[in-house]
Amino acid sequence: MAVAARKAGRAASGAANKTTPNKGTARKAAPNTPQFDQDQDLSAYNDMLLIRRFEEKSGQMYGMGLIGGFCHLYIGQEAVVVGMQMATREGDQVITGYRDHGHMLACGMDPKGVMAELTGRRGGLSKGKGGSMHMFSKEKHFYGGHGIVGAQVSLGTGIAFANHYRENGNVCLTYFGDGAANQGQVYESFNMAALWKLPVVYVIENNRYAMGTSVNRASAQTDFSKRGLSFGIPGEQVDGMDVRAVYAAGQRAIEHARSGKGPYILEMQTYRYRGHSMSDPAKYRTKDEVTRMREEFDPIEQVRRRLLESWKLSEDELKAIDSQVREIVNAAAEFATHDPEPDPSELYTDILL
Amino acid sequence: MAIDILMPALSPTMEQGKLAKWLKKEGDKVKPGDVLAEIETDKATMEVEAIDEGVLAKILVTDGTDNVAVNTPIAVLAGEGEDVSAAASRAPAQGGGEAPPAPGPSAPQQAPVPDMQAEGMADRPAPDARTDSDRPVAEPATPYIIQSRTSHDAMAEIPEGTEMVTMTVREALRDAMAEEMRKDENVFVMGEEVAEYQGAYKVTQGLLQEFGAKRVVDTPITEHGFAGVGVGAAFTGLRPIVEFMTFNFAMQAIDQIINSAAKTLYMSGGQLGAPIVFRGPNGAAARVAAQHSQDFSAWYSNVPGLKVIAPYTASDAKGLLKSAIRDPNPIIFLENEILYGQSFPVPKLDDFTVPIGKARIHREGKDVTIVSFSIGMTYALKAAQELEKEGIQAEVIDLRTIRPMDTDTIVASVMKTGRCVTVEEGFPQSGVGAEIAMRIMENAFDYLDAPVARVTGKDVPMPYAANLEKLALPSVAEVVQAAKAVCYR
Repeated sequence: MAVAARKAGRAASGAANKTTPNKGTARKAAPNTPQFDQDQDLSAYNDMLLIRRFEEKSGQMYGMGLIGGFCHLYIGQEAVVVGMQMATREGDQVITGYRDHGHMLACGMDPKGVMAELTGRRGGLSKGKGGSMHMFSKEKHFYGGHGIVGAQVSLGTGIAFANHYRENGNVCLTYFGDGAANQGQVYESFNMAALWKLPVVYVIENNRYAMGTSVNRASAQTDFSKRGLSFGIPGEQVDGMDVRAVYAAGQRAIEHARSGKGPYILEMQTYRYRGHSMSDPAKYRTKDEVTRMREEFDPIEQVRRRLLESWKLSEDELKAIDSQVREIVNAAAEFATHDPEPDPSELYTDILL
Repeated sequence: MAIDILMPALSPTMEQGKLAKWLKKEGDKVKPGDVLAEIETDKATMEVEAIDEGVLAKILVTDGTDNVAVNTPIAVLAGEGEDVSAAASRAPAQGGGEAPPAPGPSAPQQAPVPDMQAEGMADRPAPDARTDSDRPVAEPATPYIIQSRTSHDAMAEIPEGTEMVTMTVREALRDAMAEEMRKDENVFVMGEEVAEYQGAYKVTQGLLQEFGAKRVVDTPITEHGFAGVGVGAAFTGLRPIVEFMTFNFAMQAIDQIINSAAKTLYMSGGQLGAPIVFRGPNGAAARVAAQHSQDFSAWYSNVPGLKVIAPYTASDAKGLLKSAIRDPNPIIFLENEILYGQSFPVPKLDDFTVPIGKARIHREGKDVTIVSFSIGMTYALKAAQELEKEGIQAEVIDLRTIRPMDTDTIVASVMKTGRCVTVEEGFPQSGVGAEIAMRIMENAFDYLDAPVARVTGKDVPMPYAANLEKLALPSVAEVVQAAKAVCYR
């Protein structure tokens, strides 16, 4: 582990990203990382793999012209949402920004509905009217899917306000990126959440780049776990590539929020393998950096290794999981390709109730 | 020499107030900064401070006197070394009910005006044009009973035989919120100074006492943030009433209003809506310059997914706010600071609501249609009275709701009169008047005997100077002139 971390550090220092916070600090926590049992590892593997394969398929379909507009892939960051979701209980809500496909799948939303929304079809979760960045499910407690960077932070705080108002014991997981972390309303929300002790966990997915701007070039304070300090909001940096670390931190944070102590910040140190969106020129980082992150820190590979080495699963057993996941994704793609476009009459529906 | 201490104005809109209590008595020595007395209006209590040093020679207006006009001498101060009894005897006669000129550049120095204006902490003045000549038509004495009405009557929603009580727009809005909060646990109010301060404009007066801090929530000064918090809470099914101290400050929050509140129902394919009311004073108050004096009616009315309401009367304010709180959609409820203190008859009913999206014919006429809303109605109604003197019968329509706009009522009227003038305080380009004119062209072009005319605020940022501000706003004369022009008179 320690060796790998130093390697990653060297890799990163080759790029513009000279003092990335993602190396070192997170790895220090490794010895304390809780162990998963076999079921947890299997469950995490399955859920992360679904997101990975789904996103790969989305990228492919975008390339085929089946998906339009913006399409932000979650590949590389799967451990964050999967680990956090494992730490929730029924009723807890999730809200995030525009890189949201993984969150929806982790919340249990139907992959067919998600994919058909990406292709703008009537069977999409928003009847084709929302697209990649705008899907919702009250049933699964997923509140979007928001395209304006940072807006979901106030909204998630509002969902937590409602939990507090209703005294229902639920916690709202409010996800945003290192880029959104510099928006003013984030701090307006921190202030209110701390002031009123709202049950909200702010999950900052630090994937090191706000579009093409590295954290060092955009942020005076690159330790995002400290962003709530002046409001008295506790925070921690978490190895967001290790689903176990995410889960453990998620449990701590959610317990804190649920017990009435107010908000909690988790900085998830993660990495996105793909571009910001499908049209990313990828000029702001080296290929080498991306390759090393994939090879040495891949969240799915970490679990796969445990399944093989610790739990003694066979390659065939893993292949079986893989093919099950592929089946789900292929069925979703199939549906999303052939489902008809919305009826023209839908243009004028759902504007007002 | 002896100095008269004058009744101060808490704000430039204040014309009279109550001398609640003297804290000094005759013969007391006072120095600058000493608190002499407390005065009250329906909105606030303030202390009168001494500006000069001396002895309080004579109190002219006693404790508990109501309706003391601003600038009335309330006491006499004997200057240093001056004979107190002589100063007392030269005291001017008490001028109780007379209304001296509104405070302006010539206001005497002895009337200390407490600085209540910082960030809209008190009512601001109506310019002369709006306080003198454009006062809403006088309200009837209270209470009275509606005996009969016609379908176009200003009281169309009110059943015959209903008792009417006179109340201010401010009280009507407060009652609307209180009634809906009693009815539905999910309704709560949040905003700056809504709770302990009792509302920057006292619209939420008493709500904290009745409903407690959980449901009447003071927020930090954080418009963007609390607008988003409100929308998030609404997504879960709560029914927030988000008060903006003024809609000028809602510019900081407009992303959450438009992108989150207005669009989510559509973007979610109908799954997730935001039942929320954004309310507060909109448009020009008085003498607060460009950043605090803008009418956003046209802005919000541009956006699908919102309903935009801008009432004029207290009765509509109450009935429409109750409807807005119950409505499952995001509502922009545009109030007007100048109207807050105006009184109107309001039906005494347990549950009085006014439908959203219905204009009302406030005054019937056959020669020209004047369409307006909110404070614009004050110009329209006054102009209609002027026009009547010249033999022109103007029909005045109060839109009440800007979006969805009640095109049918406008078109039916224009088909009758053949002429139309729109009146609003907002800017001309892409204004509400422009929209009305277009709808008339689309629906009643062949009925028009003249092009539609619009009277609007001028195409300039609102100036501060009293004379320029007056010029920047519409005037009754402009409405009269426009109405005559479309009548070719």
